Amino acid sequence: MSELNKVMVEKYRNDFLREVEANVEEGNWVKMCMQCGVCSGSCPFGPYWEHPPQEIFMMVRAGKREEVLTSESMWMCTSCYNCIVRCPRELPITHIMHGLANYAHRLGIAPKMNPTRRFAKLFWQNIVKGGRVNELKLSIGLYFMDGFSNGVKKGLEMLPVGLGLLKTGRLNPFGLLGGGKCKGAGDIHKMLKKAQEIENRRKGFAS
Amino acid sequence: MSGAVATNETILVVGGGISGMTAALEAAECGKDVVLVEKNPSLGGRVSQLYKYFPKLCHPTCGMEINLRRIKANKHLRVLTLAQVEKVEGRAGDYTVTIRLSPRYVNENCTACGACADAVSTEIDNPFNYKLNKMKAAYLPFGMAYPQRYVIDSSIIGTPDAEKAKAACRYDAIDLGMKEQTMTLKAGAIIWATGWRPYDAAKIQPYGYDRYDNVITSVEFERMMDPFGPTSGKLLRPSDGKEAKNVAFIQCAGSRDRNHLKHCSRICCMASLKQSTYVNEQFGDQAQSTIYYIDIRAIDRLEDFYQKVRANPTVKFVKSKVANITEDRESSDVILHGVDTEGYHRYDNRHDLCVLAIGMEPSIDARSIPGGVHADASGFLEADAANGAIFGAGCATNALDVNRAVQSATAASLRAIQVINKVSGAEV
Repeated sequence: MSELNKVMVEKYRNDFLREVEANVEEGNWVKMCMQCGVCSGSCPFGPYWEHPPQEIFMMVRAGKREEVLTSESMWMCTSCYNCIVRCPRELPITHIMHGLANYAHRLGIAPKMNPTRRFAKLFWQNIVKGGRVNELKLSIGLYFMDGFSNGVKKGLEMLPVGLGLLKTGRLNPFGLLGGGKCKGAGDIHKMLKKAQEIENRRKGFAS
Repeated sequence: MSGAVATNETILVVGGGISGMTAALEAAECGKDVVLVEKNPSLGGRVSQLYKYFPKLCHPTCGMEINLRRIKANKHLRVLTLAQVEKVEGRAGDYTVTIRLSPRYVNENCTACGACADAVSTEIDNPFNYKLNKMKAAYLPFGMAYPQRYVIDSSIIGTPDAEKAKAACRYDAIDLGMKEQTMTLKAGAIIWATGWRPYDAAKIQPYGYDRYDNVITSVEFERMMDPFGPTSGKLLRPSDGKEAKNVAFIQCAGSRDRNHLKHCSRICCMASLKQSTYVNEQFGDQAQSTIYYIDIRAIDRLEDFYQKVRANPTVKFVKSKVANITEDRESSDVILHGVDTEGYHRYDNRHDLCVLAIGMEPSIDARSIPGGVHADASGFLEADAANGAIFGAGCATNALDVNRAVQSATAASLRAIQVINKVSGAEV
């Protein structure tokens, strides 16, 4: 169990709803859910979620901390916003799902092998480095996410697409050598560091 | 009737539905002078469009008949139809009201023989049946219409059809030269009973009311049961006229939804429970009703009715607000999609017909009532000292069932009587 997770368990004890309200983005909306089920029914990925949003809200209120935070469900959200548009109580459901996923990740208890989480990490590391997405490195990183032989296989599969992109000038081959960075990458690093500090202070996390 | 004489001891009642009729009669039967104005060609309002009332399941025509007898017998009550309030000026005990009278093109000579309707060939949407069918452009609004007089629709005025209607009338009852009139009258107190209208179902996009024939509203379903209605009293679905034995009811269609109506419309749960008995009435054990709900709000003594329906094996309850509806192109069946709250099971249920238990909204937003009154966030008229002697009654003030609308109307009537008594000096 991570240090932060221990602190939070100690702080909120059995009151998971209060923990969510205090620490999860838009978490204060969870209590407004009236369990009508429109969000779950409207979700295009609904059949693949273990716990649809409506159930997650009920689980939060029932204090099922472990089951919610270690769940893969929130990571299934593709931000289509169908649920937000239809919710009769105007809950920002998409944002709450991302908020829960993000909180679980920070606590270090999000499912380690969840592909969305891994891709999000890959994307973040990639974009932070140069202040701009290095598409070549990102896609290669993505291919090799599940091991070397899988990466080679996927790379070969995608070779015609890559060559096509190269031909039409849509792929920068120097990306592999670290090209394509933006000018003030150092300044972006400073900005991100400051933003992280502010957020940690606001949420009461140790940086 | 445009010669109605009124003084500041007169009570003006706006709206001739169940609330307006009740308020007007209660005051008139107490000996007060009352003028009742109704925008439509007949009194009766939305209650006259119902097949049965809940919870006793009796027919509203019965109550309508009693009220009409009371109206005919009362010398203190004057009725103006096709009349709309344009302007209200003054204050409690001394109002001047401007009323616009639309032409009916038919005078008091009419015997409701129907010869004009036979002569006319133009057909128009029938608003009494929520436009589910057409009627002749010379029409009696419905069987029990009061006044029992035909109306020539303004759309055929100036066409040969109107001349045909006039020629067919043997009683010299048709006057095509009638013009719109404006009149002013005095009133000491005003009872505002303009009632409700169903929320526009087409605005609930995921339910496809505007796209699928077999998605209808609860008020339309009610019309289907009328033996003189658009389907001659049979539950036939609109797409192909097939018997609708497997019917889905969706609760909170428009109500309790910040995207639509914020308030709970109160009547829809009981309306659907009642309508499930219609399906049994037609198809017996073969009937299949499914009620999709967030929670059933059958208040106080109506709980008994709910329990009775719950015990009916042909009625199924699914605790879930339906997410969306699709249509099976081949059969025109509707398929309801969603997740239920009791176990989070995903469903894709097929039904012959889907009835939206549509929400109630005030037929006139109280914020736009001439004279200026206090309104709530949904546009219902709220009781407030600043309203002077303008009193709301029935569904103009809240989403109410018939029983509560009548109570509200009687209360408004008593308030108006108190104002009139002060004006006349009978009460200080």
